[in-house]
Amino acid sequence: MIDVKHLTKLYGTKTAIADVTFSVEKGEVLAFLGPNGAGKTTTMRILTGALPATSGTARVAGHDCFDQPMEVKRAIGYLPEVPPLYGEMTVNEYLTFVGRIKGVDPAQLPAALDRTLERLSLGDVRGRLIANLSRGYKQRVGLAQAIIHDPPVLVLDEPTSGLDPKQIIEIRELIKELAGSHTIILSTHILPEATAVARRVVIIHEGRIVAEDSQERLSARLRRSEKVSVMVKTPPTDVRERLQALPGVLSVHQDDPQTFLVEAELGHDLREDLGRFVVTSGWGLLELKPVSITLEDVFLRLTQEESDKGEGDRPIVEEVRS
Amino acid sequence: MSPVGAITRKEIRSYFVSPIAYVVAAVFLLLIGLLSYLAVLSVSNRSLQMLRLQGNMPELNVNEMVFRPVFENMAVVMLLVVPILTMRLLAEEKKLKTMELLLTSPVTIADIVLGKFFAAFTIFAGMLALTASGALALVPFAEFRWTPILTAYLGTLLLGGLFLSAGLFASSLTENQIISIMLSFGFLLIIWLFGWAGQLFSDTVLGAILTYLSPIDHFLNMIKGLIETKDLVYFLAGITFSLFLTYRVIESQRWRS
Ligand SMILES: Nc1ncnc2c1ncn2[C@@H]1O[C@H](COP(=O)(O)OP(=O)(O)O)[C@@H](O)[C@H]1O
Ligand SMILES: [Mg+2]
Repeated sequence: MIDVKHLTKLYGTKTAIADVTFSVEKGEVLAFLGPNGAGKTTTMRILTGALPATSGTARVAGHDCFDQPMEVKRAIGYLPEVPPLYGEMTVNEYLTFVGRIKGVDPAQLPAALDRTLERLSLGDVRGRLIANLSRGYKQRVGLAQAIIHDPPVLVLDEPTSGLDPKQIIEIRELIKELAGSHTIILSTHILPEATAVARRVVIIHEGRIVAEDSQERLSARLRRSEKVSVMVKTPPTDVRERLQALPGVLSVHQDDPQTFLVEAELGHDLREDLGRFVVTSGWGLLELKPVSITLEDVFLRLTQEESDKGEGDRPIVEEVRS
Repeated sequence: MSPVGAITRKEIRSYFVSPIAYVVAAVFLLLIGLLSYLAVLSVSNRSLQMLRLQGNMPELNVNEMVFRPVFENMAVVMLLVVPILTMRLLAEEKKLKTMELLLTSPVTIADIVLGKFFAAFTIFAGMLALTASGALALVPFAEFRWTPILTAYLGTLLLGGLFLSAGLFASSLTENQIISIMLSFGFLLIIWLFGWAGQLFSDTVLGAILTYLSPIDHFLNMIKGLIETKDLVYFLAGITFSLFLTYRVIESQRWRS
């Protein structure tokens, strides 16, 4: 549905994205993950036909984004980083205008409008001025604008940025509902967001794709150790040394006074040995659970690998968490 | 509905909501009303004077003595008022980032430019139509010919179109409405001054070129009741040129941003 090959974009002499290649199958939800300035918006604007690439090709729904912009624009619903809203219009007036310029058949427009308002639960505010809506409602109107012409592909640029936690959950739920009937690519700089809504993740950093895979496979590929978290009631003072002495254990970290994170070699399941050891030592086993690697670990590791190679000396971690 | 139609309708609505249309029309009509009143007053004073001195009522040419100065002054009022109609047209879309919506919709840049231009032109034509009430009010009291008045209205419409297209171009250059309106004033006053400069070098080729480039002579011809191809071509070419420049600016901004 979306096919991007060797896409490069320079702003003057500054490289915004370099040799970006990825594809999205019909019905898939893909998260485009990267810190600010990674090149997410640039890639999306090229996909929507708003911005020509310097080199490379992008195809959406079988049409070339540069040679057939009209077909591509008809096939895409786009929510930019800043939702493109006219404050002086009511929700109804705005969506009617968008429907008209998106080429919705005038006879079908009232039905399309009702369907869109219904899907995004905007019925109650349809007569209100957009300027007077809350930030969360404005974002929903932005989403409504993207789906009014029922496009097969949705491109959503940081759809939850600037929202409060409750609104973020609402918008994520809406995106999950839309996932059934649309192919979706969404960008985010928030790691849990990618896991919450997308099955597949493309990680972009300083204009280059550093990883592209399903969330599980990415984790597997990057996993170098098995981790188990163990919580005990009365740990002795030399607990770390004694755990460390167990066969196969690589390292032991103390998370809080009673919780320890034990790392073992890959393929070595520690749980049985560890459980028996804690119980026979009489420390009082409270909890024992495997720690699965999160996308957060994946991301940190990938971007660290990247900077280990000498590219970019800024800490990415802080940007990601901000 | 065609994309141009959709954009035109949206802009016209916005003129009334904002409410630029009412304010501009009110100021414009007030000024034209005052100018017309002063023109009529000065003519009647003069004829009363002649009546006293010569004892008879002179033949008055209302077209020459009333309508012509009113239309001439109207052009000056338009220099000041018309840029207000165009200042926000593109500047605001860029500032609010709604240009992104237009540029990612299946409409062409030409649709956007024409839609905006037609909206501003419709508002201007509406304002102008309201001034016709002044001419109609004179019908019971004076005799005059309608043809020069109609050609003068056509000339004013074309002059307005030229000003609006230059204003739209100015609006494409910036996100700031104040800068947009200042640029419009600049463009309009410069082409206006071409006419005066042309008179200074009236025997030279340069003078002839400057005079042709200024709207003044073309407009004055039409006020006199003359419709000539060279004047029509001037206005239509000027409007097309400005709209084309606007198109190119939007296109190049798309490439750079
Ligand atoms: N119009 C522009 N002119 C020059 N540089 C730009 C422009 N837009 C973006 N950039 C640069 O390109 C890079 C990628 O930006 P962007 O695609 O907006 O990243 P993201 O959306 O991931 O935050 C950044 O370094 C940014 O500074
Ligand atoms: Mg961005």
